[in-house]
Amino acid sequence: MHRDSQLNASYERKTEADTNLEHNLELRLIFRSEPLAVRRALECILSDLGHLDMALEDCGAVELVLAEVMNNIVEHAYVGDRSGVIELHISGANHGLFCTVIDDGLPMPDGNPPMGKKYDLYCPRKDLPEGGFGWALIRELVQELGYERVGNRNYLTFLLNVERAILTS
Amino acid sequence: MELQAEIDGETLIITASGRRIDAAGAIDFKDEMRKLTEFGPDKVALNLASVEFVDSSGLGAVVASMKQLPAGKTLSLLDLTPTVAKVFRLTRMDSVFEIRKSGEIDWDAWVNAS
Repeated sequence: MHRDSQLNASYERKTEADTNLEHNLELRLIFRSEPLAVRRALECILSDLGHLDMALEDCGAVELVLAEVMNNIVEHAYVGDRSGVIELHISGANHGLFCTVIDDGLPMPDGNPPMGKKYDLYCPRKDLPEGGFGWALIRELVQELGYERVGNRNYLTFLLNVERAILTS
Repeated sequence: MELQAEIDGETLIITASGRRIDAAGAIDFKDEMRKLTEFGPDKVALNLASVEFVDSSGLGAVVASMKQLPAGKTLSLLDLTPTVAKVFRLTRMDSVFEIRKSGEIDWDAWVNAS
């Protein structure tokens, strides 16, 4: 049910995009849930988005958010001996890039994406955190964050606002 | 990730030549930093001018590189690119590290020396 509504939503965006070439962007990638595969997927995505003339800062934010989302899947959804694939859809939306990330791993803890940790960094060097920054970064940089568990699958959706030269001209 | 170390006066300067410090390379980076900083000057500076991307795992590896330093040693960061600087800013890790440009005078060292 939820899945259908999500797919419909992205379909409508696609239809809209088809009528306007400036908005026409549809990217789909499926790859193994492994750190090196994530790195290659990011290189592929950033290269594909290159023609949009995004601001350097936006490129960095897009790469960072997608990296954090996919690293979380590698490390937590497919934790331990679990393995599987990550499916990524990116489509052009009115105010940026609409992303859907799908995996068959474990559900999010408590059924929701974590809020992100807030650390007290005024502490002895030995107590400084070495991880747990991911969700705070994601939540800082995306809009319209949504999550659904459908059957054995996780669907994470979000909008990345980018100031695209093509769209704003 | 390739790291090159050279001694400049009283500072050990480690220059990262790779484009990214990410989840796939974080452990190697941390191990390599440990080897390079085990001996030598107390002041260590990591030049990240060529690094265009750091994710939270890479950030964790940089923090770990500081935490694993032998007692009395310090780590500062040089020449962060805009995207990398943003990651440090958003996580407030820019308040933990001394971050500067390689051409800038290290006033602490200057004051200490005089």
